Amino acid sequence: MKILYFAWVREAVGKSEEDLNLPEGVASVSDLVTWLKQQDTGYETAFVDNAVVRVAVNQEYVNLDHRISNGDEIAFFPPVTGGSYYDPCSSCRF
Amino acid sequence: MIRVQAVDFDLGDELKKMTDGNTGIGGLCSFVGLVRDMANDERISAMTLEHYPGMTEKALADIEKQAHTRWNLDETLIIHRYGRLEPGEQIVLVAAASAHRGAAFEACHFLIDWLKTKAPFWKLEDTPGGCKWVDARTSDDEAETRWNKPD
Repeated sequence: MKILYFAWVREAVGKSEEDLNLPEGVASVSDLVTWLKQQDTGYETAFVDNAVVRVAVNQEYVNLDHRISNGDEIAFFPPVTGGSYYDPCSSCRF
Repeated sequence: MIRVQAVDFDLGDELKKMTDGNTGIGGLCSFVGLVRDMANDERISAMTLEHYPGMTEKALADIEKQAHTRWNLDETLIIHRYGRLEPGEQIVLVAAASAHRGAAFEACHFLIDWLKTKAPFWKLEDTPGGCKWVDARTSDDEAETRWNKPD
């Protein structure tokens, strides 16, 4: 399966994508996150609070309990901000 | 129509193309988003929009489809830029054309509101204090502090 990382998740992990064989015992997105966190401190940093990271499988938003398989494209990223046009903290407040 | 691109767009040209040859259109409503020069009392010299190629187009196509389901529209257009943009530059255009103004206004508003929560774009702001990722409002304080890092 292919795993993609975006924005600060990408910076924490230290790569934008990687190919991986589904590790043994990993059946859901949540399992994958737990497994990744055991591999490297970069993942630990990225997933320190799962509630902050969003996930898409095959380019559709899913929850952490979503089942995954080897052919999947899995993406981890922060909550989207590109369109937060009414956010007072944003520079593109229209 | 959906377009995700680095290059700028010409508003007049884009709107003209939407209505050319269709005299059944009675109203065309458009919204253009621009890069502001301030955020949180800090001056922004530029911002970089990162996106998820493939999913972005899929997400935009999905919302366009939803707009057509809800309103009777002749044409819709969403153009979203990515890459490095400076204050004053155009970021996004949404437009909706219909026989009547009501549907055009509502669909246009719907399209831009949806973008802010669903389209996979992330903003990196370049300020005098360094580069920082813009946090969504749902982020917690800890995450904001951790990732608002000087570059």
